[in-house]
Amino acid sequence: MSAAGFARRLASLVRKETRQLLRDRANLMIGIGLPIVLILIFGYGLSLDVRNAPVVVVLDDTSPTAHDVLAGLALSPYLSPQVVPTLREARRRMADREVDALVHVPADFSRRLAAGEAQVQVLLQGADASRATIVRGYVAGALGQWARRQADRAGAADGASGTVEVVERIWFNAANTSTWYLVPGLIVLIMTLVGAFLTALVMAREWERGTLEALFVTPVRPTEILLAKIVPYFVVGLIGLTLCLVAARVLFDVPLHGSLLVLLLASMLYLLVALGIGLVISSVTRNQFLASQVALIASFLPALMLSGFLFDLRNVPFLVRAVGAVLPATYFMELIKSLFLTGNHWPLIARNCAILAGYAVVLLGLARAVTRKRLD
Amino acid sequence: MTVLVDLLRRLGALCRKELLAILKDPANRVILIVPVIVQSLLFGYAATYDLTDVPYAVLDQSRGGASTGLLARLDGTGVFRRVANLHAQPQIAAVIDAREALLVLQFGADFERRLALGEAAPLQVILDGRNSTTAGQAAAHVGAIVADYNAALAGHARPPLIVEARAWYNPNLETRWNILPGLIAALSMLQTLMLSALSVAREREQGTFDQLLVTPLTPLEIMVGKAIPPILIGLVQSSLILLVALYWFGIPMAGSVLTLYAGLLMFTVASVGIGLSISALSATMQQAMLYTFVLMMPLMLLSGLATPVRNMPDALQVATLANPLRHAIDLVQRVYLEGAALSALWHDLLPLAITAAITLPLAAWLFRHRLA
Repeated sequence: MSAAGFARRLASLVRKETRQLLRDRANLMIGIGLPIVLILIFGYGLSLDVRNAPVVVVLDDTSPTAHDVLAGLALSPYLSPQVVPTLREARRRMADREVDALVHVPADFSRRLAAGEAQVQVLLQGADASRATIVRGYVAGALGQWARRQADRAGAADGASGTVEVVERIWFNAANTSTWYLVPGLIVLIMTLVGAFLTALVMAREWERGTLEALFVTPVRPTEILLAKIVPYFVVGLIGLTLCLVAARVLFDVPLHGSLLVLLLASMLYLLVALGIGLVISSVTRNQFLASQVALIASFLPALMLSGFLFDLRNVPFLVRAVGAVLPATYFMELIKSLFLTGNHWPLIARNCAILAGYAVVLLGLARAVTRKRLD
Repeated sequence: MTVLVDLLRRLGALCRKELLAILKDPANRVILIVPVIVQSLLFGYAATYDLTDVPYAVLDQSRGGASTGLLARLDGTGVFRRVANLHAQPQIAAVIDAREALLVLQFGADFERRLALGEAAPLQVILDGRNSTTAGQAAAHVGAIVADYNAALAGHARPPLIVEARAWYNPNLETRWNILPGLIAALSMLQTLMLSALSVAREREQGTFDQLLVTPLTPLEIMVGKAIPPILIGLVQSSLILLVALYWFGIPMAGSVLTLYAGLLMFTVASVGIGLSISALSATMQQAMLYTFVLMMPLMLLSGLATPVRNMPDALQVATLANPLRHAIDLVQRVYLEGAALSALWHDLLPLAITAAITLPLAAWLFRHRLA
């Protein structure tokens, strides 16, 4: 009897929520339109990889050896060097941010090279530090290799000494592109967006408009109200997830080394966590503006900045890492990247799923505790 | 004269009402001040691509003096930290999978012998590519150390070619130095856009906007009165982040404060213009919020804050020219780090001025002409 009543009440509430969700185009824009835009931006637009960095070269030394430096730089697939006649012109281009670096070969370069003490000056456009660091590595590497080839050519006769040759192999990212780790991370962002941001508004709106009080006088129970809010947004979240997965595999060829089933289950678990966060925010603030701000600040921005999505958490101070460790997004991020790029690493899967399940139980329980049939 | 005084009085009254509506709720006051400070601190520390700690493991099958010498150089950098000495090939996968090590160095059994014979001795470097940026930087670091080592092997007291690198505007190439000036624009935009987007939508939802329309205020005056409070709040938020950058992180400012504020004012006016247009278009607060958010995401991502604009495809780079946040971040970084003067910033100021000149009148017009 009571089970049948529960099902009936829940069904009609779910129908009401679904209608409300579908009636407003803005909701669908966030739930489905925004994921598509984000996928395209992240997949095609954003990249952390430096390729063909423009570099200006000033040759104050006119000897063929100095000119050969240019060829040495051009050998690097990451740099596109270009000679300019004067240092002044080169500096102007640096100041206008047209180029990333300036390589200055001084007038006495070849003479000093023969003496084994040549110097080359490299100026970097430091306004973008990360790019500058990478470009510095490429320039130094290209020059170093050039110098070694030069030395080999000159002194092939005098008893060659052995050299260590670095053979690099990059695991889990054979294409060595940031797309491979940005796109899986995107799933986390979209789940957070749909879960926390959209649901943060729904309860707050009912409180603000007073329609929740109207619901309180009906026989429905708070648990049923919450469940009815969860179901439609859960479905919207799953649509976002499907879009991401298809895009990752079909458009961007990101390999999925782990099991699809585990990936789906873990994503659903995280979606519940995100919904829990949204409902708690919503029930506590009871105000749409506040709820949206809190959702943005407490869930979305940290998921973007502190979860290891863009910035490697290994490099940050302990305190910030501690904040990251409190976020459920961090665990989901770690799990999903590992599932995509590494494969089924069971200890990691078990640990992170357990943590996410814990968060889901606590947050949904909290949302249930805050939603009481009571007027203040 | 009296006309002007009258106008100012009306505008003053409207501004006062708007500010009260925003600031009367203590929770609102908190949400406008505290998160900005906390975020600039957190992101200031978190937003770094600088590699400071590289855990690595070694599989040394040669067990000779040469590999030990190279490892000593690695350990001496203070960046590389040896977490494990492996004994067999399969262990490599284990330490990398578990993220214990970012890279594994493998010396083959004939490493020592080849070096002694004067041949090229391969050193395998296996990198965890799950974060390709980190992996690339670590690889470059290893490469530089090996190059030094080779030079030492060849008997040079110093390497044959010295590369002397110096960076402009950011001598130690700290990512924080360009993230924080970027945040001065980005974080304040987040809330000013939302505030202005809600201002008209809230009145529409509560039905008070019609009352405002029948007052002696013209739509243009309503627009100005609605624009000024969020502009002020936006500038206050920018100032807070500026203070954090200057005094907490101690990032020296090269340019003039006046120039910076001139640029920020232009930017805030433009973003409030966008917010008010959204607000005038939407019927409910929820719609306004969601539209703002849908717009905000691409603006943030394509602004060059987190990933360089120059890494984007050409077509997208052109599209970012329409993004006010991109110009604002560029402007703040130039003034803050490079000390640019106002005359050198026209290519950032002009697009911002154009955005404001389009969106603000559009908002005023939409107040009365919204499509049902």
